Amino acid sequence: MSVSRYWREAKSRYMLQGSKCGRCNRLFFPKRSVCPSCKSLSINNIDNFNLSGNGVIDAFTYVHEGLTGFEMQIPYVIAMIKLEEGISITAQVVDIDDNTKVYIGMPVRMVFRKIGEDGKSGMIYYGYKFSPDMANFG
Amino acid sequence: MVGIVSYGAYIPKYRIRPAEIGRVWGINGEAYGKSLNINSKSVPAPDEDTATISTEAAKAAMNRVNIKSSEIGAVYVGSESHPYAVKPTATIVAEALDITPYMTAADLEFACKAGTAAIQISMGLVKSKMYNYCMAIGSDTSQGSPGDPLEYSASAGGAAFIIGDEHVIADINYTCSYTTDTPDFWRREGQKYPRHGGRFTGEPAYFKHIIACSNMVFKHQNTKPEDYNYVVLHQPNGKFPYRAAKMLGFRDEQITVGLLTPYIGNTYSGAVMLGTSAVLDIAKPGDRIFVIGFGSGAGCDGFDITVTEEINSFHKEKAPSVKWLVERSVYIDYSIYAKFRNKIILGDG
Ligand SMILES: [Zn+2]
Repeated sequence: MSVSRYWREAKSRYMLQGSKCGRCNRLFFPKRSVCPSCKSLSINNIDNFNLSGNGVIDAFTYVHEGLTGFEMQIPYVIAMIKLEEGISITAQVVDIDDNTKVYIGMPVRMVFRKIGEDGKSGMIYYGYKFSPDMANFG
Repeated sequence: MVGIVSYGAYIPKYRIRPAEIGRVWGINGEAYGKSLNINSKSVPAPDEDTATISTEAAKAAMNRVNIKSSEIGAVYVGSESHPYAVKPTATIVAEALDITPYMTAADLEFACKAGTAAIQISMGLVKSKMYNYCMAIGSDTSQGSPGDPLEYSASAGGAAFIIGDEHVIADINYTCSYTTDTPDFWRREGQKYPRHGGRFTGEPAYFKHIIACSNMVFKHQNTKPEDYNYVVLHQPNGKFPYRAAKMLGFRDEQITVGLLTPYIGNTYSGAVMLGTSAVLDIAKPGDRIFVIGFGSGAGCDGFDITVTEEINSFHKEKAPSVKWLVERSVYIDYSIYAKFRNKIILGDG
């Protein structure tokens, strides 16, 4: 990932910042600057919107052959998560160990984690992952 | 009065026991753990570091109050394990909490007491009316050299305090510091693991500074140990704080709530702030808390704190308690620990 792209998307990656059409209230993640329903009427009428980070697992899989940088975490869970605002996103689910039963409908909450790094001297990339623990601390 | 408006804690989920560490190095780790009063220590996941721990603690603090992120004027992160040598952890945390850009930020380092230094700086900014609220964070993912005595205690965790002078849940009645140039513990630039002065870390460093700073608080506030419900001292292991507290005239009951090292090890910059968070989790209005942070190098920051009525309407339930974070635990063996802590050399493949 380029440093400039990472920087441009930091708030989306760090805190699930999306956008909201001021005309029809539709939410977007990733951000959009034009609403597909309102089209030209939405121009200059779309604001940033911070998603709550609360959701449930809609679908999931265990990854046994990890991408570069994820070798230390195999096997890990990637899931489609339906956020309470109705938006679906794909993300890693952490805090999973041998005794954790992952299931569809499992409540999860966004957590801030390291996503990767450019070698030993490059940038460290941070962003959202999801944790069942943090949705269930009561 | 200036004080704590909110607080939040974070402790990684993984734990390793001294017996398991000792097994690898051929010593009786269980006995060594007992001598330190450490049953287990926390271990960060491979995707956790001081920036992620600080952010989770800060999020917990923000979730408990109705403060807009734009009202936070400063973010200070105290740590000895900042992910970058140059590039602040504090800007990452501030960006992740939507506090940027109309604010100031900096990273602090003073071994284990950079978090309490952040509290003092925040108090000064609030008292001088420069900002309404400041975020002071103490957080670490400290490492001991493999086989070194520090490996049995060096752990990970952090806490974030929002300092302000409105809706204060705990007044900070007084703060003071006692500082000398003492070479009890250090880590040179570019070195992965710290060095320490062995026995030198005890008497001339920890005990001397804790006792001197405590006496400064007692003298200025005209108080005695029995005036406090709780005492939280820096806790490099589970033994030193009991001994120091006894030397000062505190009873064991006053120290147990704020002493987390027996369960999670020494969280360095997080230690005294996590201990204070554990006390705030159960404290009642009027409770008085005596807090002394210690950092090698060396210095102490002392605080005389009184819990206010505001704690009754404070939304503790909006974030995990320290007790929950301590009890949330998965035990790992040394090989998984070595993998998580980057102690295994991988090929370039
Ligand atoms: Zn629209």
